[in-house]
Amino acid sequence: MTADGGPELVQLLTPEGERVHHPEYDVDLTDEQLRGLYRDLVLVRRVDAEATALQRQGELGLWAQCIGQEAAQVGSGRALLPGDFAFPTYREHGVAWARGVQPLQLLGLFRGVTNGGWDPHEHNMALYTIVIGDQTLHAVGYAMGMQRDGSDDAVICYFGDGATSQGDVNEAFVFSAVYNAPVVFFCQNNQWAISEPLERQTRIPLYRRADGFGFPGVRVDGNDVLAVLAVTTAALQAAREGQGPTLVEAFTYRMGAHTTSDDPTRYRVSADLEAWKLKDPIERLRVYLARNGWADSDYFASVEAEAEAMAIHLRDGCRALPNPVPTSMFDHVYAAPHPLVEAEKAEFSAYHASFAGGEH
Amino acid sequence: MAATTMAKAINAGLRKALENDPKVLLMGEDIGKLGGVFRVTDGLQKDFGESRVIDSPLAESGIVGTAVGLAMRGFRPVVEIQFDGFVFPAFDQIVTQVAKHNARSDGRTPMPITIRIPYGGGIGAVEHHSESPEAYFAHTAGLRVMSPSNPLDAFVMVQQAIAHPDPVIFLEPKRRYWDKAEIDEGLDLAAAPSPFAARVVRPGSSVTVACYGPMVRTCLEAATAAAGDGVDIEVVDLRTISPLDVETVAASVRRTGRLVVVHEAPVFLGLGAELAARITEECFYSLEAPVIRVGGYHTPYPPSRLEEDYLPDLDRVLDGVDRALAF
Repeated sequence: MTADGGPELVQLLTPEGERVHHPEYDVDLTDEQLRGLYRDLVLVRRVDAEATALQRQGELGLWAQCIGQEAAQVGSGRALLPGDFAFPTYREHGVAWARGVQPLQLLGLFRGVTNGGWDPHEHNMALYTIVIGDQTLHAVGYAMGMQRDGSDDAVICYFGDGATSQGDVNEAFVFSAVYNAPVVFFCQNNQWAISEPLERQTRIPLYRRADGFGFPGVRVDGNDVLAVLAVTTAALQAAREGQGPTLVEAFTYRMGAHTTSDDPTRYRVSADLEAWKLKDPIERLRVYLARNGWADSDYFASVEAEAEAMAIHLRDGCRALPNPVPTSMFDHVYAAPHPLVEAEKAEFSAYHASFAGGEH
Repeated sequence: MAATTMAKAINAGLRKALENDPKVLLMGEDIGKLGGVFRVTDGLQKDFGESRVIDSPLAESGIVGTAVGLAMRGFRPVVEIQFDGFVFPAFDQIVTQVAKHNARSDGRTPMPITIRIPYGGGIGAVEHHSESPEAYFAHTAGLRVMSPSNPLDAFVMVQQAIAHPDPVIFLEPKRRYWDKAEIDEGLDLAAAPSPFAARVVRPGSSVTVACYGPMVRTCLEAATAAAGDGVDIEVVDLRTISPLDVETVAASVRRTGRLVVVHEAPVFLGLGAELAARITEECFYSLEAPVIRVGGYHTPYPPSRLEEDYLPDLDRVLDGVDRALAF
């Protein structure tokens, strides 16, 4: 497998920031929209950096970094229409950004104050799913529901290269294919499943897996926000038009660790990282904007200032996130009252009330 | 009204659920034209269409996982797992997703999913077709676990399971599919007894026998046999094992002073263990004997020529009763 994604890679913006054309995919964006994408990328990277720092300071128990994958996430997230629905893993901070989930809402899970964090129905984005690949089947089921509702919307489902080995992901491919479900499978191939390289998951390029399931697969430069936007928009449109699923393989690189608990120096060489730094998703767009005169240094400075303000807000907000009330663990175990849960909640409360001064 | 088999009673219950709520969908392997391997869904695809009665690919995790997404979209999926021993490919989806979505989302994405599973032995089947996996599910917070013992309960409880906002593992005692009883198809669901309440199906004074699903008939037969020997067995049909109606059992044990718990599932860490612990705690001064458990052994379900040796039968229930009365 080629390290550069090979000739099949759909690219509209080279790592050097040059706009190139592809026979099949294109985008037509105003300079304002291009600046908007740049702002998205910068702010998402800042969210990621701040959260990583908050973990180092002990404010978060863990953080799953998305650095390097911002274009894959923002490009696909911005391809969605309001009625579309996204099913993320636990690393889709850029998708969450595009769906209007506040960055602070992402931190609760990693701080340990909630297992969720936002209203899936408000943002049309499911909660982070930690079990690898489970959400792909949820996505297909949701898309089957859309079919039955006569909806013109579509579903996008995120997962990584490691997940493609999971049975559930392959079952999701089968179900979506036989029911022609309106779903886009968006695989961010960041080359690493914790310590295992792509070679431990596959011997053919991942996008070609789609062939065996009977739907199209396409490999896009995951560090090229324009190409990702173009490819995802087309795949979503095909889904809306009743053409069924598409597998999009966003060829990218996990610039950070798997999570803040990981140590990539044990299993990968720094030369790879250096090579991928040259393909950075933000830098190429910055060059493209500057070279065409669509953004000047004042604009770039204003985005930096916005990122700084957001970072302060995020830091303060994180530290202020309240611990949940202990008895809240008994709430919502079931949707309707369950006598055992109610009895245990009462027992728990009585136990704590038995200590002088109330809660133990 | 003519007597109906349990399989047909569940079919009638599913039909009513499909009629009453357009969001109800059925999904499973071979449930369409074939009507399911036990014919429980016979005729439903013909009457409600392929969009609502869905033949699925042969993948249990896929069935349950897509049901999660359908539930998020506002549907009420009723999925069939063909046999008890085939639920395990879906175990991850059931335990990590179906059971936990409501809590994870603070109640925003409830999972009104019914997972129907024909379970238990006694039909001379090959491996993986005779198991009783209820303890795994009862052990998982977020799931409810029901097991009707007779056609009328099956007809009502399957509808109650589907209408309920929580996910329900609906365990159908497959060897009782052909048992017959009268059902009232015009029954008002709102007026039906709660599925979560146990029921004294035979009053008695000597000893309480608690059971559910396929063992209720066995225990009732044992009670009839024991009556000839002057032993008056009270049989409690638990009906639902999560939540477990301990209070009905406790009230019985306070009268009889003795408890025998019977299930097909292995005794070790089975429902009997939980019931024994709770009854010991609640009825310590009423108990005349330790709680006795009668059930399967700590072995894989044996080849079917041995299943009569493995499964509790009338004699083993009476042996358990004798052991309780020996104190």
